[in-house]
Amino acid sequence: MDLKTVDKICADHQNRPDQLIGILQDVQTHYRYLPEAPLKQVSTLLNIPLAQIFSVATFFSAFSLTPRGEKVVNVCMGTACHVRGAQRLLEELERGFGVGAGETTTDKKVTLETVNCVGCCALGPVIVVNEDYHGKMDGTKTAALIDELKGSKS
Amino acid sequence: MTQNLTDMKALQALRTKLQQERNPITPIVTVCGGTGCHGYGCQKVIDAFRQEIAAKKLEDKVTLRVSGCHGFCERGPLALISPKGIFYQRIDPADVPDILAKSVFGDEVIDKLVYTGPEGDKAVYEKDVPFYAKQNRLIFGANQRINADSIDDYIAEGGYAGLEKSFAMDPEAIITEVKEAGLRGRGGGGFLTARKWETVRKAQPGKRRYVICNADEGDPGAYMDRSLLEGNPHSVIEGMIIGAYAIGAKEGYIYVRNEYPLAVKNARIAIKQAQEMGLLGKNILGSGFDFDIIISRGGGAFVCGESTALMASLEGKIGEPRAKYIHTAEYGLWDKPSCLNNVETWANVPLILREGAASFAKIGTKGSKGTKIFSVVGKINNTGLVEVPMGLTLREIIFDIGGGIPNGKKFKAVQTGGPSGGCLPEKMLDLHVDFDELTKVGSMMGSGGLIVMDEDTCMVDVARYFTKFLTEESCGKCTPCREGVRHMLEILDRICAGDGKEGDVELLEEMSESILEGSLCALGGTAPNPVLSTIKYFRDEYDAHIKDKRCPGKVCKNLITFSVVDGSCTGCGACVKVCPVDAISVTDKPATVKGKPHAKLKLHTIDTDKCIKCGMCAEACKFDAIHVE
Repeated sequence: MDLKTVDKICADHQNRPDQLIGILQDVQTHYRYLPEAPLKQVSTLLNIPLAQIFSVATFFSAFSLTPRGEKVVNVCMGTACHVRGAQRLLEELERGFGVGAGETTTDKKVTLETVNCVGCCALGPVIVVNEDYHGKMDGTKTAALIDELKGSKS
Repeated sequence: MTQNLTDMKALQALRTKLQQERNPITPIVTVCGGTGCHGYGCQKVIDAFRQEIAAKKLEDKVTLRVSGCHGFCERGPLALISPKGIFYQRIDPADVPDILAKSVFGDEVIDKLVYTGPEGDKAVYEKDVPFYAKQNRLIFGANQRINADSIDDYIAEGGYAGLEKSFAMDPEAIITEVKEAGLRGRGGGGFLTARKWETVRKAQPGKRRYVICNADEGDPGAYMDRSLLEGNPHSVIEGMIIGAYAIGAKEGYIYVRNEYPLAVKNARIAIKQAQEMGLLGKNILGSGFDFDIIISRGGGAFVCGESTALMASLEGKIGEPRAKYIHTAEYGLWDKPSCLNNVETWANVPLILREGAASFAKIGTKGSKGTKIFSVVGKINNTGLVEVPMGLTLREIIFDIGGGIPNGKKFKAVQTGGPSGGCLPEKMLDLHVDFDELTKVGSMMGSGGLIVMDEDTCMVDVARYFTKFLTEESCGKCTPCREGVRHMLEILDRICAGDGKEGDVELLEEMSESILEGSLCALGGTAPNPVLSTIKYFRDEYDAHIKDKRCPGKVCKNLITFSVVDGSCTGCGACVKVCPVDAISVTDKPATVKGKPHAKLKLHTIDTDKCIKCGMCAEACKFDAIHVE
């Protein structure tokens, strides 16, 4: 595995241990998850024990140690979205993709996740696909979104 | 424009120059570029303005400003036309040429873009829109007057004048000023800001110390901190420089949620601008004071809003809190004195210094001074961010500003304070909102989320929702929170599933008491609040679930059934198409069309054994023919 990107990410953060979370975020953005080799590299460059990096990578919900899909579908489960029926939409997505929240489809196209709040409460219920916000969702729009994502070649 | 400001005079000269350059007659179109409006597609509106201005060569005749959040998220995309003060809402990119031709350069108002209230009342000017009329936007109002990425705009608006004043003062005098203003922390606890500063200043003499901005806004339904950091990052930075000078810190951190990409981006831009101008770095404005800020992004853990957990996470460790018999003000980040304040608190600081403590303290109630930004969300007509003086009633915020409940539904409850707060019923609507009043009735201010719930909300489900949230977010370090909250969730799950038992409520109350007493940090220490407040004010709903096996809000799946209403069903078949489990079929009976039995179309029926209660049929039915009981 080519780790030059990891070297660059760490260098951009001046190899500072207090930037560990930010570094892991950037590593994850690059690989779409946190593979083992880059974590070992971060451990060496920052002079932080691998065990500590592993604990951070498993503590925070933003990180994944398994490969994620090309599209990450994030259902906002904030309170405002909850009272507007987010749970129902999550269940629809789970049925539609055949995976539970936090899981990735076998073809690695879609990862279904939940987020505590994206702060777009006026648009609730909100579903975020990678960086695109889909607001005021209902069952019908969610069904259309599922179809679109299933057919997408990214 | 980059200019290194070597002293106070240079900053004043720059401000004067920038103000003179800004011709008050040149019209300005300010398009809201907050995250909420981006969700509505405001980028296309912005692009349309840019194209139209370029195509018609209007660059010298009109200024286009892309600002942070204007607050009225319900009606996005939004634009404000100054100096006229015209407020346009729900703008489509196709409206842009008309807006420029008719309303900016002409005197015509475009009716379809004008605010129209639920009763057909119209308001052309922003000041007349009911949502804005009762607000006092001391902190948040500047968002509309500046480009979110322009330090020049901020300086022209009077930015960094508070810092100028501070540098002419003794650090202790700054703390006194903040104390006299009566500023309390906007992040949740409502701790007196000046007292915290004083402690940090005095702790571990001669040692390094830090200021930290808590932008790990984790309360679901609250997004004022994001909107401030996105729209006016310099106000936060200026506040932090003043705070750092007052307590003697040379380094600062902004700990921000990674879920807020625009806030991260704009804060980064602002820090770079301030560094280039000499407002951050060595010898700021020739004062001899050195200070710089770096940004740390969070990893999506609610508990990291807690001070000790946040600092552990800043050190590159997991976000576990520690016992606080020694405060972080004395031993915080890297065991050094650390001053942690929330985004909104920092943004209040420049205002206090610029306008003086007395003018700040005039606003608000006896114990809570100034204004507070609330996010009014949920089942409400005018979802948005609202800045009001402390002490307004919940009724004024929810009904006068928020516009009440949509679809003619009845108000049931308002949840304040996020997962640590509580749900308040209708009889509490005349409560004057400030730190102390909310605490008295079993809720709290928190960061200012107000989640409005209507009659279709199940309060047991809401309690379960928050308890589930907290179970997932508990860091797991202490037993009362890790195990206790999880057990509470099991009981609530059971009640919602229709398997509640007599004595469950009492057991929840008893467990709550132990968790409140025994938890290590404020997450566990307040975790039972949503359960306790719903039991206190909505006990009848718990009883309905447990004794009658009925969910009054018609939310809990095991306690409701879906059926087709004979007499309303037109046999159109819309429900059949959307049902994911093929639970809907036709009967032999005729359907009802225009009040009469139809010759061919048949009444539909739902097989309750197959039905998964997903609600798709009710959503698809245009004739209210799906009954939920």
